[in-house]
Amino acid sequence: MAEAPFRVLPKLTPLSEPFWTGGEHGELRFLRCTACRSWVHPPQPVCPGCYEKRLEPEAVSGRAHVYSFTVNHQAWIPGLDEPYVIAIVAIDEDPSLRLTTNLVDCAPDAVTIGMPVQVVFEPRDDVWIPLFRPADA
Amino acid sequence: MTEILERRAAITGIGQSQVGRRLFRDPLELTLDACLAAIADAGLEPAQIDGLATYPGATGPAGFSGAGITEVHDALRLELSWYEGGMESPGQLGSVINACMAVACGLATHVLCFRSVWEATAAAKTGAIGVAAAAGGGGRAGGVRASGAMQWSLPFRAFSAANWIALYAQRHFHEYGTTKEQLGQIALNARRNAAGNPSAVYRDPLSLEDYLEARVISTPFGLYDCDAPCDGATAVIVSRAEVAGDLRRPPIRVEAVGSALRGRPSWDQFDDMTTMALRDAGAMLWERTDLRPADVDVAELYDGFSFITLAWLEALGFCGKGESGPFVEGGARIARDGELPLNTQGGQLSGGRLHGYGFLHEACVQLWAEGGERQVTAREPQVAVAAAGGGPLASCLLLTRG
Ligand SMILES: [Zn+2]
Repeated sequence: MAEAPFRVLPKLTPLSEPFWTGGEHGELRFLRCTACRSWVHPPQPVCPGCYEKRLEPEAVSGRAHVYSFTVNHQAWIPGLDEPYVIAIVAIDEDPSLRLTTNLVDCAPDAVTIGMPVQVVFEPRDDVWIPLFRPADA
Repeated sequence: MTEILERRAAITGIGQSQVGRRLFRDPLELTLDACLAAIADAGLEPAQIDGLATYPGATGPAGFSGAGITEVHDALRLELSWYEGGMESPGQLGSVINACMAVACGLATHVLCFRSVWEATAAAKTGAIGVAAAAGGGGRAGGVRASGAMQWSLPFRAFSAANWIALYAQRHFHEYGTTKEQLGQIALNARRNAAGNPSAVYRDPLSLEDYLEARVISTPFGLYDCDAPCDGATAVIVSRAEVAGDLRRPPIRVEAVGSALRGRPSWDQFDDMTTMALRDAGAMLWERTDLRPADVDVAELYDGFSFITLAWLEALGFCGKGESGPFVEGGARIARDGELPLNTQGGQLSGGRLHGYGFLHEACVQLWAEGGERQVTAREPQVAVAAAGGGPLASCLLLTRG
């Protein structure tokens, strides 16, 4: 990967840590309710589907589809000069489960809504940032 | 049916400070200028104000708030029966809806509501833009780490509401075929109207060509799709309806309000990202009145980003879902002499980001027929809607004259 771009890193909490560190094992992990099987994101201590406190991290396949995207051109921080793609992806296991992310290994003008993508991780200190690249054909 | 309590409230006065780019004036002074103007406009004395409401209170990054409740309370030596200020409300006008409820319930008689910003001066002083102040990133290089809701956007360099709202706009383009040219009508209409508003920050003519060729911010948004940070303050007086008739002006009645958020309170988990919380606030408003969208004479709809206005047009039922692009096509329908005069003061895109309250102020100006050069004259406005907010934050008021 090219020189890693500037990122504000997330603060880890016991609830969010499985999400932000799953990449160490190559896994995109969300909380899932062991009672009603709902996927839950962002992490919270009670299942919003059945209100049980039986949430455990579980890996998904890492496959998703682009729900929407924008190509950022504005240098919000000095040095942030190259256009980059911010996307919202819908996770294949449950498309109501979405992530804001960046698309990588893909020219900005090649991105389309609906395109299949696959997670890749960018390690930073103690977190693994989940990014997405076009899925293999 | 349950009583529609907001009808016990009326707007009796409005005020606005000097508005401009980089005024380098004391933000509390601007705030007090607006507040005192509104009090005088209603024909009241400061001693008669017994309620105070604001958004967001003394909080946020530099420039985001010019004054909180405590500062205005003390500066004017008010004797208050009720007050509130905060950010966790349905958008900027949530504070005005709270004021309506306070007078309706007898907690206060005259509530002074205000919103004050000094973002242009703050940016000039610090060189920082909002959340980008977190530079350093929280890695080994130091700096602040993102927590709460911000942890889901900042690590992906989605630093600005421009990015977050662009994602909604792009989805709308995808599902409904909305075009950049259609989106541009919101910006062009705002600029045309700003020419008639001496307080507007951008008044030079803007062509479709200028709009399309502008620097890209975050696709599909270019420079003119983003509102203009400014310094300024706006205030309105919300009075108990039964005493409002005794004041200087014919009161403006609050016919209905909308404050609902029935989807998830999230920028990226909201169920349908071609719309926003505005969908729910707009639906609630029409559930509370027998008036219909066709009865509205003038619409003042938030335009922090151009797309938000398209979303409000749909949310308030001025057109069908997904049809806002064709609705504004060519711009004639939303022009000052059109079927639905829109953002008659120039919105925030050209008028300056007074952050929600500017739309309510302008709705009152139009109902009192005091718009001067920008007054809607094709018919005498009797019904106006003022709406503010975007993404997961939204509220709106339907106002009638006399
Ligand atoms: Zn459950």
